[in-house]
Amino acid sequence: MKLIHVTEPTAPSAGHAGGGHGQLDVMGALFVFMLATFIGVMVVQRVSRLLHTPLMSLTNAISAIAVVGAIIVSAGKDYPIYITALGLVAIFCSTTNIVSGFLITDRMLKMFKKREPSSTGASK
Amino acid sequence: MNAETLVQLLYLVSTGLFIMSLRWMSDPETARKGVFSGVAAMALAVAGTLAGVFAIGGTHYWWILAAFAVGAGVGYPLAQVPLTAVPQRTALSHAFGGLAAGLVGSAKYFLYFGQKNEAALSPFIVIALVAEILLGFLTFTGSLLAAGKLQEVKWIPQRPVTYPMQNVSNLGLFLLALGLGVALVLNPLAAWAPYAFLLVILLSLAFGVLLIIPIGGADMPTVISILNSYAGLSAVAMGFVLNNKLLIIAGALDGSSGLILSIIMCKAMNRSFANVLFGAFGQAQQSAAAGEQKSYKADTPESAAQVLAQANLVVIVPGYGMAVAQAQHKVRELYDLLKKRGVTVKFAIHPVAGRMPGHMNVLLAEAEIPYDDLVEMDEINGDMPQADVALIIGANDVVNPAARADKGSPIYGMPIIDADKARTVYAIKRSKNPGFAGIDNELYFLDKTFMLFGDAKAVVGELAKALSGEGMH
Repeated sequence: MKLIHVTEPTAPSAGHAGGGHGQLDVMGALFVFMLATFIGVMVVQRVSRLLHTPLMSLTNAISAIAVVGAIIVSAGKDYPIYITALGLVAIFCSTTNIVSGFLITDRMLKMFKKREPSSTGASK
Repeated sequence: MNAETLVQLLYLVSTGLFIMSLRWMSDPETARKGVFSGVAAMALAVAGTLAGVFAIGGTHYWWILAAFAVGAGVGYPLAQVPLTAVPQRTALSHAFGGLAAGLVGSAKYFLYFGQKNEAALSPFIVIALVAEILLGFLTFTGSLLAAGKLQEVKWIPQRPVTYPMQNVSNLGLFLLALGLGVALVLNPLAAWAPYAFLLVILLSLAFGVLLIIPIGGADMPTVISILNSYAGLSAVAMGFVLNNKLLIIAGALDGSSGLILSIIMCKAMNRSFANVLFGAFGQAQQSAAAGEQKSYKADTPESAAQVLAQANLVVIVPGYGMAVAQAQHKVRELYDLLKKRGVTVKFAIHPVAGRMPGHMNVLLAEAEIPYDDLVEMDEINGDMPQADVALIIGANDVVNPAARADKGSPIYGMPIIDADKARTVYAIKRSKNPGFAGIDNELYFLDKTFMLFGDAKAVVGELAKALSGEGMH
């Protein structure tokens, strides 16, 4: 089973071929999807409500994992030029999200501070 | 070890790091570790992909590098926006995410079509491709429009736009797109197929716009969460197309995060998904007429400051008005002055206060208010009867007692912060107009309520000035 496909323009790649092998891939992918969704739901339910905004910008950056697909499309050899162009624009979009998503999440998280013990002591 | 195995191992580690990244967000203490973990995961994913592509003889490396560089160049300034603009930035990045997925999906389809690659265009792949471009492109235009609304771009209507037969025509368009999708699944290589594909793209773009125009500002937290979920799901669909498990998992993490946030937002407004998406708040005006006879009691910041100074417990309820006025730093001044006098100050945070989940927490954290004093609605409501003063800064619907009592009110059933149970209520409000939902707020007409009209930043500034002036005796 191939994880990466840069399909040759002429021959269909093995991973995409029909028949038993392809069927297995489909089911495997669906299992992975279901399990990942459950993990996601359980992990996110535990995220502090204080951090819902940073959570969203972090998941923005994570969903920019689309960059993987964009690279695969852009790097294909002998692809028509417009295919490469679409891939490159997608790389641009995803990179924008990766960079801005992680940076702004960290910027926000740095601001969350606990009350300093000294300041509460002084106020009373 | 061959290149294929290496790539898979890198993806495996990357997947684990992505999960830990979200896991560490459970506590502000560990949250920054979560960001580093996410960055590491992404770096591994990109490195692994480049290595894998290189091993099979990929090309265009300079172009790819250039796209990275331009993306980083645009992304960096987008991360430096003021925190009041975070909802817009988030919507904009959903748009980028949707566009990337849509473009990759389109590229894959036209590539396979050009190759007459029947094996690659199996029914499952075509279903995934159609899902990818539908979700991707509707997220693109929908999020752009949402960002425009949040940024208050002039030519984009702020109020919900509704017209007769809206839901019926939207549903019709959606069914048309779905029908074309089915036709594509059955005949992916027909001569008309590329045109059908393009039509699906156009319909998705239109659909994104049509979904968002009937939605008002108060519903933005829910809508942003739903779009977040769509952006994730489009990445999942891409993972199905490319048979790439890393994409499926990372996309599913994003999708479920958006899903949970939307459920929390919907619960906080006592509305269903369907109601938010298809039941525009436009019909809310009827109840306004009843309240017209009543009158407000206005007060001056000076006398309000005296009441605040005498209090033991002050609960501040911030809302979108605080964000618009950028009043959080003045609020911090007020907080410090009250603390200095021995007053306990808490902030009551309603889940849908502001324009995105957690909006108020981030603004108050920016003003360096310790997060221990930011209290969730359910926790603070028990303390409200003990509060001497509830100070409402630019919040409206989230403190409207009509949600508890008035069955005719459009917000009936929505959980609210019980500001009306405090001994005295001060409400800072920009103008005498009702809030975004167009609903009058009974709270403002109570005997114990005093209004402080004006810009939130200016009024809070005056409160702080009055308090610090008194302190100099």
